[in-house]
Amino acid sequence: MRPAPAPRESVSPLRQLADVLYRRPNLYLALLLVPPLLWFGVVYLGSLLGLLWQSFYTFDDFTMAVTPELTLANLKALFQPANFDIILRTLAMAIAVTIASAALAFPIAYHMARYTSGKTKAFFYIAVMLPMWASYIVKAYAWTLLLAKGGVAQWFLEALHLQPLLQFVLGIPGVGGSTLSTSHLGRFGVFVYIWLPFMILPIQAALERLPPSLLQASADLGATPWQTFRTVVLPLSVPGIAAGSIFTFSLTLGDFIVPQLIGPPGYFIGSMVYAQQGAIGNMPMAAAFTLVPIALIAVYLSIVKRLGAFDAL
Amino acid sequence: MASAVQFTEVSRIYGEVKAIDRVSIDIADGEFFSLLGPSGSGKTTCLRLIAGFEQPSAGSVRIQGVEAAGLPPYQRDVNTVFQDYALFPHMSVRDNVAYGLKVKGVARAERLGRAEEMLGMVALSGLGGRKPAQLSGGQRQRVALARALINRPRVLLLDEPLGALDLKLREQMQSELKKLQRQLGITFIYVTHDQGEALSMSDRVAVFNKGRIEQVDTPHNLYLRPVNAFVAEFVGTSNVLRGELAQRMAGGAALISIRPEHIRLAGGEPLATDEVEVDGLLHDIHFLGAATRYELQLENGQRFTVYQSNDRCAPLALAHRTGERVTARWPRAAMVPLQGEGL
Amino acid sequence: MHSERASWGLRIAAWGGLLFLHFPILIILIYAFSTEDAAFSFPPQGFTLRWFAVTFARPDVLEAIRLSLQVAALATLIAMVLGTLAAAALYRRDFFGKEGVSLLLILPIALPGIITGLALLAAFKQLGIEPGVFTIVVGHATFCVVIVYNNVIARFRRTSYSLIEASMDLGADGWQTFRYIILPNLSSALLAGGMLAFALSFDEIIVTTFTAGHEKTLPIWLLNQLARPRDVPVTNVVAMLVMLATMLPILIAYYLTKGGEGVAGSGK
Repeated sequence: MRPAPAPRESVSPLRQLADVLYRRPNLYLALLLVPPLLWFGVVYLGSLLGLLWQSFYTFDDFTMAVTPELTLANLKALFQPANFDIILRTLAMAIAVTIASAALAFPIAYHMARYTSGKTKAFFYIAVMLPMWASYIVKAYAWTLLLAKGGVAQWFLEALHLQPLLQFVLGIPGVGGSTLSTSHLGRFGVFVYIWLPFMILPIQAALERLPPSLLQASADLGATPWQTFRTVVLPLSVPGIAAGSIFTFSLTLGDFIVPQLIGPPGYFIGSMVYAQQGAIGNMPMAAAFTLVPIALIAVYLSIVKRLGAFDAL
Repeated sequence: MASAVQFTEVSRIYGEVKAIDRVSIDIADGEFFSLLGPSGSGKTTCLRLIAGFEQPSAGSVRIQGVEAAGLPPYQRDVNTVFQDYALFPHMSVRDNVAYGLKVKGVARAERLGRAEEMLGMVALSGLGGRKPAQLSGGQRQRVALARALINRPRVLLLDEPLGALDLKLREQMQSELKKLQRQLGITFIYVTHDQGEALSMSDRVAVFNKGRIEQVDTPHNLYLRPVNAFVAEFVGTSNVLRGELAQRMAGGAALISIRPEHIRLAGGEPLATDEVEVDGLLHDIHFLGAATRYELQLENGQRFTVYQSNDRCAPLALAHRTGERVTARWPRAAMVPLQGEGL
Repeated sequence: MHSERASWGLRIAAWGGLLFLHFPILIILIYAFSTEDAAFSFPPQGFTLRWFAVTFARPDVLEAIRLSLQVAALATLIAMVLGTLAAAALYRRDFFGKEGVSLLLILPIALPGIITGLALLAAFKQLGIEPGVFTIVVGHATFCVVIVYNNVIARFRRTSYSLIEASMDLGADGWQTFRYIILPNLSSALLAGGMLAFALSFDEIIVTTFTAGHEKTLPIWLLNQLARPRDVPVTNVVAMLVMLATMLPILIAYYLTKGGEGVAGSGK
């Protein structure tokens, strides 16, 4: 009823290649993986390891020359009081920013997950996504405008007659500074602003996964809303908070633009790395300084991993 | 008769797991052949070996007499109807059906014409412009069928194609598929876990269990002459008697099967010479409409099922009550000796 | 959806949070049109479009825009190829080291940008490669890959593998299947990933600072302006443009991937 299959016309090389790849799935997989692996395994990972290696090189203070003699001097130098201060200052800022972001992000995320749906939810989602992706440098710039002398913040404070309060806050040691734009408080505010969306979305995602029936069950069993929140909602949102904190913590630790634009003088880890490799030309010391955020983040990741952060990413 | 598909000692092993283990089947040309078994029994793996989505770890698969090992799916003269239909969501129904011709380089006008023809065959004329998402489940199933048939394969593979349809539609599609198969005269290889479906449609059925074939036979023989306890219990319902009880009833066989509808509850009349009987406690009664099912518990603790057909139109007097002691009887011929250990 | 309503406190906190997130962006929009040419004073004295003309007559601005577009386009292209390859390799098969590969892809955005930037700079120096467009693109592509990868692998996972099998079953070889089935199903995710990668690259400053050498991408140009606050109005206009250039692709990407969710047709 059906003619015998016609003999295959001369098979094109492309078809032959397709046949070979089909018959040898491991070859196919290897071909897919080779370009990304070359890029990431050789170029990227190679650069990273090269950098770590350089942190053991010797830098001569007089000749300003780097020699490949291995030494632990750079790592030891990290613990000199001046350098250790920089590390502590950055770490304290990263922790403070993380806590503040979580506190600010939670109500937004909670409202998004529990009380919005359809168009409103989409609106909230975009309204968080847009500032998150909007240019980092422009956001930082916007804050220099806001906090500048005669700028928006000052105008508002004057309009509300709140300058005495501002003077008081700026007078607190460790928090304040001579003006808003050169204070720790100002720098802290900018960091919180820039990384806040990175905290909102993971928390929202974690809360979104929390079935409403769970809350109803809790209420049904006689819990007050506050008890339900404390014993059900908050524990279950911990993975989301932990996931968001990876961003706020890591991004603050490595930043060197915001500390340069806003806040009092004094190095952050990032600005130290930048200065060491640039103005000073001490690549080994710069490399040694990059070990600090890597180590801190590794420690931090091992902590938040226990909180389930990776399931919430 | 020529073989459409022939498995010789085929195994497919994933790491430690043997999905199928030394399976041999010979499927004749033009046959409606079902692969029946519980999930994970290896039936779908067999189908995928024929389609070419998987390659055997050992043994040989021949399609139309030609060794298929190493041939990719696009070089095999078989086509598949997928369980989830696998319709291309970004193409219209017409383009879906014409796809097999398109990739063979058939000109546009011709392939669209042929696609229309195929749509007519599955009673979907006029729906060619729609997207798969705009069709009902039953319509998608027909599109999948038309798409698989457009290349005029010698063998059509169907992977639980009716699983997602509701009962009424499923029964209708069963008879349509059977009709289509007779009309086209090609081999259908049909994977299902539904024994009723397999029995009603197939010329022959292979019963799978744990990667091995338990029995290959016609539906009739499968039902009346199961070879072992698995087949007896998976295909229809069966009372499998073991050990000492089996010895006493059948005299010698270690393992016997009796279909519930071959058994009746005795009403005091004397035991005929060609009959045997067993006493039990009536445990439960289920009225099913056409029949009533009685669940007995035998003295050795075994459950025993009896079907009595309600074939009289007079209202049924309740002859039995739960908790009663009853006697179940059946002709000796109803007992099928099974292979396997009696314990 | 939810029957109960949020308490006033929660609503104020949520909407207040949104206002906080958008207020500085609004300020940038306002200042770009301000008539003043030196100070940051608020409220602005008047509005004008004059600074746009001034900005687009500046060769340094135009050069920075051109460079940023070029870098973003190249980095996005590389990221789309590498990200798609990686997603295709990782989404279905299990193999030794798979976890390691996906970790490696995420590393450039998980580690602070200074580390990636400094590592690449050190490597370029060792290899004697002069910083320039090439080195910027390498840096950007490195952290853009994961963006494309995430989008594409999510689409792969949502796409039933039986579509690919069905295509081969009907006689299509690997190339035909890629062209007729895989690519059309990936396209919107690929495009969305490309948009996001483009926005990310267009705006990147930290890695770029290390890899740019003397080249000035638009963010670097902006940063230099901040250090030397001359011609504020031009800076304001550029800031607004950069912001729009990073926000618009996000909107497009959002709508591209949103459509893919409900193919079964709620939207129509």
